[in-house]
Amino acid sequence: MARKEIIPKKHAMPCQTPAERVKNFAEVALGYSEQTAMAEAARCLQCKRPTCVDGCPVEVDIPGFIARVAAGDFVGAAQRLKEKNLLPSICGRVCPQEDQCEARCTLSKKFEPVGIGRLERFVADTQLWLEPAALPPEPPLPPASGFKVAVVGSGPAGLTAAGDLVRLGHRVTVFEALHKAGGVLVYGIPEFRLPKAIVEREVQALQRMGVELRTNFVIGKTETIDELLANSYDAVFVATGAGLPHFMNIPGENLNGVYSANEFLTRANLMKAYRFPEYDTPIHLGKRVAVVGAGNVAMDAARTALRLGAEKVFLVYRRSHEEMPARAEEIEHAEEEGIDLRLLTSPVRILGDKENWVTGCECIRMELGEPDASGRRRPVAVPQSEHVLPVDTVIMAIGQSPNPLVPATTPGLETTRHGTIVGDPETGKTGKRGVFVGGDILTGAATVILAMGAGRKSARAIDVWLRDPERKW
Amino acid sequence: MFPILAARTLAPLVKEFVIDARPVALKAKAGQFIVLRIDETGERIPLTIAGVDATQGTVRIVFLEVGKSTRKLGTLGAGDSLLDFVGPLGNPSHVEKFGTVVCIGGGVGVPAVLPIAHALKAAGNHVIGITGARRADLLILEDEMRGACHELFVTTDDGSRGDRGLVTDPLRRFIAEGRKIDLVVAVGPAIMMKAVAAATQPHGLKTVVSLNSVMVDGTGMCGGCRVTVGGQTKFVCVDGPEFDAHQVNFDELMMRQRMYRNQEKTALTRYDECRSAQPREEVTSRG
Repeated sequence: MARKEIIPKKHAMPCQTPAERVKNFAEVALGYSEQTAMAEAARCLQCKRPTCVDGCPVEVDIPGFIARVAAGDFVGAAQRLKEKNLLPSICGRVCPQEDQCEARCTLSKKFEPVGIGRLERFVADTQLWLEPAALPPEPPLPPASGFKVAVVGSGPAGLTAAGDLVRLGHRVTVFEALHKAGGVLVYGIPEFRLPKAIVEREVQALQRMGVELRTNFVIGKTETIDELLANSYDAVFVATGAGLPHFMNIPGENLNGVYSANEFLTRANLMKAYRFPEYDTPIHLGKRVAVVGAGNVAMDAARTALRLGAEKVFLVYRRSHEEMPARAEEIEHAEEEGIDLRLLTSPVRILGDKENWVTGCECIRMELGEPDASGRRRPVAVPQSEHVLPVDTVIMAIGQSPNPLVPATTPGLETTRHGTIVGDPETGKTGKRGVFVGGDILTGAATVILAMGAGRKSARAIDVWLRDPERKW
Repeated sequence: MFPILAARTLAPLVKEFVIDARPVALKAKAGQFIVLRIDETGERIPLTIAGVDATQGTVRIVFLEVGKSTRKLGTLGAGDSLLDFVGPLGNPSHVEKFGTVVCIGGGVGVPAVLPIAHALKAAGNHVIGITGARRADLLILEDEMRGACHELFVTTDDGSRGDRGLVTDPLRRFIAEGRKIDLVVAVGPAIMMKAVAAATQPHGLKTVVSLNSVMVDGTGMCGGCRVTVGGQTKFVCVDGPEFDAHQVNFDELMMRQRMYRNQEKTALTRYDECRSAQPREEVTSRG
């Protein structure tokens, strides 16, 4: 094969300019055109042993779908993609490809890797808005197994498991506590990163495959796991995520104007408070906002606050830029939009007025000391460095832990001191017969794609167990 | 969709709906709540369950039309449906044989305390009820309260029904008379519950209140409902809604309840303007 000349950089994806996008909730990145996608796909070396696939938690045939894009066969590319990934429009947007497939791309040793995520998004989007009748036929389902599986939670882990289990011939019901399916994809990740219409569309595709969805149904309250098992379900997959917000336990956290990132984002995303009063859910619109934390959720909260009309948004983080856990791209976007990073800074208390409203956030400077258990240098407070950030809104984005509703109402499920359910990391098998677990409720708060990978592994394990005549546990 | 099977007006701006929601009806216990949403643009509204019929699969709710959402809810009637209805949420009331229990309901707290009074009576307690409102026409479900309690005392602010005064007056009288009381349960406006707590605290009388705070999901996810109880932050939705009245920071609760006052005003003004711009028969079609 003739050696082709390699274009060293990924083709750029057009974006709204920072000045423009901070005034709207429309998607920041606009996606490839057909020509750009084909040109980017042509950068792929089509390695004989594709290491990129090893980096994909759901094992997408990456060179396979990219070859079809390069040839202009977008329908074929989509079919190849969907064999392994049931939510490709979502993954193309929110997966940390830089740590996964793209990190292992052969090109990345010398050049920028192939823009796998951008291509995935392009391919999936070409089909997203087609009428179901216009879509290529789904592969036929295997004969019905006769087994019924209940999936608890409709986030990325639950949806993936549900899709896989239906494809394996089982009847599946997904139970969701909220009024919309999608979990963190609908309540947490903002519209400008992942339009909610896309999530809805991907969920509809699963429903067309036969997944039954029951919203407004809280497992642990409306029915328990034991009742599901007694009432005709042969197995249960628990994928309830990490939805319980953490607070710092500092004075002033119950002042009006202090939010958990969960609440702030849920009001803005799921309830569409950014369209108040057309939508009924209100949100407190601060002029000056401090977001505490530096993960993806913190970036989402800070950028949402800007779009809601805040004049100044600080991001307060106790370590340095290097330790910020958010994706590089999210940090970059946030900085471009004018988020004021206050690094090596930690809140000590929130100040308020007589009416209980926030007037400021008192912080202390930090410096990095010896490495701690996580291997990162431990932040140590600098004496007498207290100062006040004048803000009227504070958003705590310092992490979430699993919701205890299911473990607390299910005898036989063991939990760790972090509140996660104990289960086999490979299969999700728990100590309770017929109950599997996966996603954030097993691992603690992580990413969408890892949760999807867990959903896939558990779906396989559930299938194997259901079909095993001995059903050993 | 969750059909409204029956609707009636209990008092000016106070309405009662019976909702077809079998999964909730089968599980609900006294003291729990539901969250509903009227339509696609609606907010999530938490309401205490005012009774269920497990055989019929129905849930009763009672609400006061205070803001845009409850006003809009009030325009619905039998034959209409709610888009979302989820529950039962929160912890059930702790019910056992305590001895003598005083159940206090103020305003729209009456429908919330009613199932608790029933459950406590069924558990073998002697139940003394106190129910109150500002005026006679605002007093709701008096007959049902009478049925749920062994004795019932009625107060109104202006004396137009029962004794003139506040619900805390009969309570203070019982305490002064030295009646043996083992538990007080109070549900109503925060200011009323605070007054009940203040009346019983000096006497070490165990008192439970059911809090109604601002919340979104009702399952522990948002933390908007947090309240300080005994110096610690608790979530009303999953740690409550019932708490030891003597430990609750009512002043903070009341200030937090006002968090969206300005937005609520904006929404209501806009709603009223839109409605008055509609043709008259549409506005009045459901009374």
